[in-house]
Amino acid sequence: MSAEWPWQYSFPPFFTLQPNVDTRQKQLAAWCSLVLSYCRLSKQCSMTVMEAQDSPLFHNRKLQRKLPMESIQVVLEELRKKGNLEWLDKNKSSFLVMWRRPEEWGKLIYQWVVKNGLTNSVFTLYELVNGDDTENEEFHGLDESILLRALQALQQEHKTEIITLDDGRGVKFF
Amino acid sequence: MSPPSRVGQGRCRPRAMHPPARTSAKIVVHLHPTSSNKDLGPFQSSIYSYIKLSFKEHGQIEFYRRLSEEITQRRWENMPVSQSLQINKGAQAGRIRAVGIVGIERKLEEKRKETDKNISEAFEDLSKLMEKAKEMVELSKSIANKIKEKQGDITEDETIRFKSYLLSMGIANPVTRETYGSGTHYHMQLAKQLAGILQAPLEERGGIMSLTEVYCLVNRARGLELLSPEDLVNACKMLVSLKLPIRLCVFDSGVMVIELQSHNEEEMVASALETVSEKGSLTAEEFAKLVGMSVLLAKERLLLAEKMGHLCRDDSVEGLRFYPNLFMTQSE
Repeated sequence: MSAEWPWQYSFPPFFTLQPNVDTRQKQLAAWCSLVLSYCRLSKQCSMTVMEAQDSPLFHNRKLQRKLPMESIQVVLEELRKKGNLEWLDKNKSSFLVMWRRPEEWGKLIYQWVVKNGLTNSVFTLYELVNGDDTENEEFHGLDESILLRALQALQQEHKTEIITLDDGRGVKFF
Repeated sequence: MSPPSRVGQGRCRPRAMHPPARTSAKIVVHLHPTSSNKDLGPFQSSIYSYIKLSFKEHGQIEFYRRLSEEITQRRWENMPVSQSLQINKGAQAGRIRAVGIVGIERKLEEKRKETDKNISEAFEDLSKLMEKAKEMVELSKSIANKIKEKQGDITEDETIRFKSYLLSMGIANPVTRETYGSGTHYHMQLAKQLAGILQAPLEERGGIMSLTEVYCLVNRARGLELLSPEDLVNACKMLVSLKLPIRLCVFDSGVMVIELQSHNEEEMVASALETVSEKGSLTAEEFAKLVGMSVLLAKERLLLAEKMGHLCRDDSVEGLRFYPNLFMTQSE
């Protein structure tokens, strides 16, 4: 991670789940924010729990502290409740981190569509995130699985329809 | 068998030094002629057909009663194999078999049975004692109740006297239970005594001591007539209701302490926070050493500070350390 770690990362108590309820709230908030930044900056969206345990995210080797497995589970559950995490399998062994929630992505994409007068047009998924037109947009280069969830969220709002094209999937904006 | 009798001087005096004016009581046991299959006893033969038991001081009445009981019951005839017979038979028939491992094993078995019998006999006495004690307590309770009901019939003087007897035996008087909770007179007095003894030691130790420290201190001072932990706790429970200058407190963890009334643990937490902040972080042992407290009480204080949100913990293989709670104080 090129950006700086937050101050909590060098604070040993950060790696012990705090028994005091108010303290724990602050601690978990800090962990959630750290996980999201880490995923955003390292461009790593999906991980297995085992990978996560050994990654610098939960294991600060310099400090000689690591967040124990049960506490990692608590943090992941917090993220899931906030809508930033999705389990990819029933056994909860791997997960997808969406540092921006799918609804938020959907909103951004739709704003761009409207701004450029592109309603009632069809795009392939590839075009949308990798095309020249969207180069300056935040959602440029977005992971496909997250893109799909974003578009599904928009579909719920009847703003898009996901369609199947000859060479893959596409989307129509209304 | 003839009842105990005072036998005159003459042939029955067992000792030459016996004072002439008074002789000891005797029980004479007349014996049946021996049966043919009887084993050998301590004597091969005797000219007398009776034995005399002499009681120098007393005990003859009780002994006579028990002996008559046994002779009437003839319990020895009901026992499958009496101890002595077994040993005798073993000696005769076993002269052949008492050698080798089998013989050793048999002897061990006989010894084990003997020990067993002795133990159960000893415990018979204990259980009889316990039964009696139970009866006594029941009796006292019933009398206490009768007093309670018949308040008018028994004179006040008697009532007071009886109540004090009950209290001194450690049985709470049902009438005063409302005033003093479930404490007895004894515990009340003890509580007052404790308040006196503990004032100075508490002041020396920063106003707080664990109950175990109190227990050791008080019993060491008493020397004899040591207090049981139960009595100590019961006395301490009465400290507040008796408005004494010390009190009993219990922490969340269950640790019990005695504090001076003037002691305020929450204020101590503020100073604990300062100490921890100065040093960056502290374990309970380090904190105890710095402040001059027992590790147990030091830990309780740090835990209280954590509960109040002033400290947070770092729990790792290196141990449990407390830090100032930067989660709350540090801005994002």
